[in-house]
Amino acid sequence: MTAYRTRARRRARWQTALGILFTAVLLFPVYWMVNVSLTKTGNMRADPPHWFPRDPTFAGYADVLRDQLPALTTSLAIGLGCVALTLAVAAPAAYSLAKLRPRGATGLSFVLLAAQMIPSVVMAIGFYAVYVRLGWLNSVWGLILADSTIAVPFGVMVLTAFMAGIPQELMHAAKIDGAGAWRTFVSVVLPLSRNAALTVSLFAFLWAWSDFIFASTLSRNADAIPITLGIYSYIGNNTTQWNSIMATAVVASVPAAVLLVVAQRFVAGGVTAGAVKD
Amino acid sequence: METTTPAAPPAAHPGGAAPGGPAKPAAARRPRVRGRSTQWAAFAFLLPLVAYLLAFYAYPLYRNVDLSLHEYTVRSFVQGGAEFTGLANYRDVVGANAFGTALRNTLVFTFVSIAAQYAIGLALAVFFRANFPLSGLLRGMFLIPWLLPLIVSGSTWAWMLNSDNGIVNAALEAFGIGQVNWLTDPGWALTSVIVANIWLGIPFNLVILYSGLQNIPDELYEAAALDGANAWQQFWRITLPMLRPVSAITLLLGLVYTLKVVDIIWIMTTGGPGTSSTTLAVWSYREAFGTGLPDFSPAATLGNLLILMALAFGLLYLRLQRRQEWS
Repeated sequence: MTAYRTRARRRARWQTALGILFTAVLLFPVYWMVNVSLTKTGNMRADPPHWFPRDPTFAGYADVLRDQLPALTTSLAIGLGCVALTLAVAAPAAYSLAKLRPRGATGLSFVLLAAQMIPSVVMAIGFYAVYVRLGWLNSVWGLILADSTIAVPFGVMVLTAFMAGIPQELMHAAKIDGAGAWRTFVSVVLPLSRNAALTVSLFAFLWAWSDFIFASTLSRNADAIPITLGIYSYIGNNTTQWNSIMATAVVASVPAAVLLVVAQRFVAGGVTAGAVKD
Repeated sequence: METTTPAAPPAAHPGGAAPGGPAKPAAARRPRVRGRSTQWAAFAFLLPLVAYLLAFYAYPLYRNVDLSLHEYTVRSFVQGGAEFTGLANYRDVVGANAFGTALRNTLVFTFVSIAAQYAIGLALAVFFRANFPLSGLLRGMFLIPWLLPLIVSGSTWAWMLNSDNGIVNAALEAFGIGQVNWLTDPGWALTSVIVANIWLGIPFNLVILYSGLQNIPDELYEAAALDGANAWQQFWRITLPMLRPVSAITLLLGLVYTLKVVDIIWIMTTGGPGTSSTTLAVWSYREAFGTGLPDFSPAATLGNLLILMALAFGLLYLRLQRRQEWS
C-alpha cells in the first residue's frame, strides 16, 4: 500500500514538472515580449539575443507613458461603453428567452449563432459603408457600437443559459407578491444573474479592448485612437524602438492579466458556456 | 447610449408591469389571455435585441450584398448611384489570378490550424485531466495566449521571427541551421502565420475539450483498467468516442473562426510577400482598407463568398451529424 502511494506521489511530481515545462514552452512568446520590453535599444540587435534582461531599462515604459496614455484612456472608455451597451441589450433579451418563452425563440437563438459566423471583415465593410454616409467614422461611440457586435450574441447566449437555471418557483413567488415582468426582472432575475453578467462584462470589455479590425477600419484617422491602433502605428513609425513597442504591448495586456487573476473561473466558464450547450 | 432608450419602455411605461397586474384576475378565469399578455411582455423585452440585430447585423450585411452587386467607385460609395452589374463582381473575383492562391491559402491555413490546435489541445486536456499539484494554476496560465490582444501576440511573433534579430533564427543558428526569412520568404510566410495562429487557438481547444473530459464518468476508466486496458487503449476506446460531440462542436467553431481570420495575418505579413500568405479574408480586407484606394465592391464580394463557405461547412456538419445519428 505504501509502495503504491509513493509511486503515485512520484508520478504526480513528474506530472507537475512536465506541466510546468509545457506551460513554459507555450508562454515563451509572452516571456519574450516582457524581456524585449526591458532591453536597451543598443542591445536589441545583439547576436545572439540576450535571453534574460541583464541590465534592464525602463525607457520603453517611459515612452508608453509619454506617447500612449491618450490611447489607453480611449480604449478604456470604449471597453466600458461596450460593456454597458452589451448588458443593456443582452440582459432583457436573455430574460425574455429564458423565462417568458416568446414565440420564435428557437429561430432567434439560431440567428444569434449564425451572427457569430459572419466574418469580421464583412461587418467592417458594412459598418464603414453605413458610417461614411452618416458621418460617424472616427468617433468613439461609433467604435463602441461596432465593437459591441462581437459581444452581444455571446452575451445573450450566456445570460439565457444562466437565467434558464433560475428556479421557476422564484418567478411564481414574485408574481404572487404582485411583481410584473419588469419588476421580476430587476429585483429577482438580475441580482441572481450577477455572476453570468460579470462573465459577459469581462469578455465584452476584453474584446472591445483587443479589437483591431474595427479600429483599423472605422477609426483610422481619429484624433482619439484606441491602444491596438497605437501599437500598430508605433510599429509602422519606428521599427528600431522594439522595446517601446513591446512595453506598450505589455501594458495593453494588463486587462487580460487582471481578468485572469481576478476571474479565472469566470473566464473558463465563459469559454465553455459560449461553445458547449447541453 | 441610444440603445438604452429601446430598453426603457418597459421601465418608463407602467405597461411593462401592467401585463402582470390586470391580467392576473383574468388569468384565473381564462388562462389564454394571460398567455397572450406574457407574450407581449416577452416581446417587449426582446425588442432592444431585435432592433439591435436589424440595425447592426442585418443592415451591414444587406449593404455588403448591395456592394457586391454594384460597381461602386469611391465617389458612388459616398454619394450613391452605382451601376447595377449583377454577378459581374463574383465572376471577376473568381476569375482573378489571385483567387486560386487565396483559396488554397485559406484552406491550408484553416485546416492545418484547426487540426494542430485540436490535436495539441486534446493532448494537453488529457494530460491535465489527472489532477496533480499546480494543475489548476498551470491550466489557468494556458489561457493567456487566448486573452491577449491580437496586436500584442502578432507583433511579438513578428519580432521573434524577425530574420536578423529574431530569437527563433538565433536558436536555429545554435543548431547550425542557417537564417530563415520567416516573414519575407514567400515559401515560409504562410507557415509562419499558421504557427502563430495554432499558438493562439490552443487555449480555446484545451478549455473546451477539458470541460468535455470532465463529463466522462470515472467508472468507465476504472472498468477499463480492471479489464487490463492500458492508457493508450483507454484513450482510443473511451476518451475519443465519448468526446465526439464536444470534438465536433470544437472543430466546427474552430473552422468558422479560422476561415475569417484577418488580424493575425495582416499584422504579421499583411498577406505578403506578394500574395503568398493572402487568404480570402485578408484579400477582402486589403481591397477595402489595405491600400490607399479602397475598392469596396470586390471586397464585399469576397466577404460574401466567405459567408457562403462557412455556411456550406455548417450544413455539411449538420448532415454528417444526422447521418451519424441514423446509423
